[in-house]
Amino acid sequence: MTFGLVGRMALTAFFCLFVLFLYGPTLTIVVLSFQGPDGGLTFPMNGVSLHWFAHLFEQQAVGDFGGALGRSLLLGLIVMTLTVVISLAAGLAFRRRFAGSGVLFTLTVASLIIPSILVSLGIGLLFNLSGLDPAWYSSALGAQLTWTLPFGLLIMFAVFNRFNRAWEEAALDLGASPWQRFRHVVLPIIGPSVVGVALFGFTLSYDEFARTLLTAGSDNTLPLEIFGMTTNVTTPVLYALGTVTTGLSFLVIAVALIAMAALRRAADRRSG
Amino acid sequence: MKASYYQAAPLALVLGVFLMLPMAVLVVVSFFDYDSVQIIPGFVLTNYRDVLGSAVTWRTYLSTLRFTAIVWAVTLVVGFWVAFYLAFVVRSRVTQLVLFLVCTIPFLTSNIIRMISWVPFLGREGLLNSLLLRLGLIHAPLEFLLFSDFAVVLAYVHLYTLFMVTPIFNTMMRIDHRLIEAAIDNGARPGQIVAHVVVPLCKPGIAIGSIFVVTLVMGDFITVRLMSGGQSASVGLMISNQISLLQYPAACANAVVLLAVVLLMIAAILRIVDIRREL
Repeated sequence: MTFGLVGRMALTAFFCLFVLFLYGPTLTIVVLSFQGPDGGLTFPMNGVSLHWFAHLFEQQAVGDFGGALGRSLLLGLIVMTLTVVISLAAGLAFRRRFAGSGVLFTLTVASLIIPSILVSLGIGLLFNLSGLDPAWYSSALGAQLTWTLPFGLLIMFAVFNRFNRAWEEAALDLGASPWQRFRHVVLPIIGPSVVGVALFGFTLSYDEFARTLLTAGSDNTLPLEIFGMTTNVTTPVLYALGTVTTGLSFLVIAVALIAMAALRRAADRRSG
Repeated sequence: MKASYYQAAPLALVLGVFLMLPMAVLVVVSFFDYDSVQIIPGFVLTNYRDVLGSAVTWRTYLSTLRFTAIVWAVTLVVGFWVAFYLAFVVRSRVTQLVLFLVCTIPFLTSNIIRMISWVPFLGREGLLNSLLLRLGLIHAPLEFLLFSDFAVVLAYVHLYTLFMVTPIFNTMMRIDHRLIEAAIDNGARPGQIVAHVVVPLCKPGIAIGSIFVVTLVMGDFITVRLMSGGQSASVGLMISNQISLLQYPAACANAVVLLAVVLLMIAAILRIVDIRREL
């Protein structure tokens, strides 16, 4: 569009400010997490050290950091796997109209926009009233799925909207079974998006707070542990924790993006 | 046909058990009675009478609606222009994708850490205050930056603008560029193109983004608690306080009212804009 040089430059500057706004605060705490042992929560830096990272792993004051991290990683992997399988299957189902498809779609969207604290409270009460103990691997797992599945399904919708059925029909004409059509035709084409669903499944679970709060039972996940720390920890160890968990998220995102690019290249090569 | 049922069954099962059933429990428990030690099954309307009859509830709703209105307006303006930049100013497809990813990545990191990360920036001795002091623009540190309504709104905008950017960007990418060329050929100025071509065609995206932002802010409790330092109120926070006092039936009645309000707001948005084309 012709918006004149001035207009384009103004919009570019605006976008750069927005990116700075998005990343600036996080960069600040990454820098501050390397505070010297006598440093505080704000600048100036009082020396540079790994003191607060060491603190993270050795001290009891941080609570059960190792246990919470382990639980969050495991729960993230379980949620990721279930999100991929369930949304992929549902995505395939929604390519045809079936009785109840409208209701199921509305329910999925509702799952996304019902305030998280209501989901959390409802599941917590459901478990209490049925005499079950809420735990991170049961009630919290279900609560997190109500958050990750809508994202997974919406991604699958976007994919199948652009999907050319001719490939599948060609495979059908050549005598491929339903499983062969899925495994050798559909999956290679949608592969990168499936990795995208997996990325959302893992990271949204790993960082989930509101829906896990009343459903995790006695063992905390990492975000719950971090929230507990915000009220009683007043040293840069909080920033060190932030740096470690944000770094982990970035690592997962990078691996997923590389995998998506590789799959796309492989698909391009195959189709010549 | 039959295959569709098997394929959709797991999703239906999860949402049935972990969404529909819990919402039904909320409604049922909202009619229960309670005392200081336990909840007593029954059918009483006292919880709703307490919720709707208390001035605190109305004040809290007012404060929450005020946050929602401010955050909606700010995220709409910022989100629109960010999406506009990505869709119409950036020329190459690859750059578009990379910059969109740059906007998306923070969404996949911890919200709580992103809130905490404002502390060294906004605090009494934070970066912003020391910068303003050094520039001589102020003579004493500004106290309202952290643990205030301002901090709450800032954090909301920081966390939720992406929910506006994505759907608006999506609708902008589907705008036929020939429409814009036609407007230019007919002598439209850039401002007129935005107001009379781009904005009307983006309405479905704006509506979807608005639904996200409105529901996220209306139901939030954690941002208000962390960023206001306990000074601001929100409906979500009120519910979470009742939960920590184990007043479950009261919390449930409050939750049902909140759900009704949120659904009414969504219905209002959908009445104004038809989003079916987007789905």
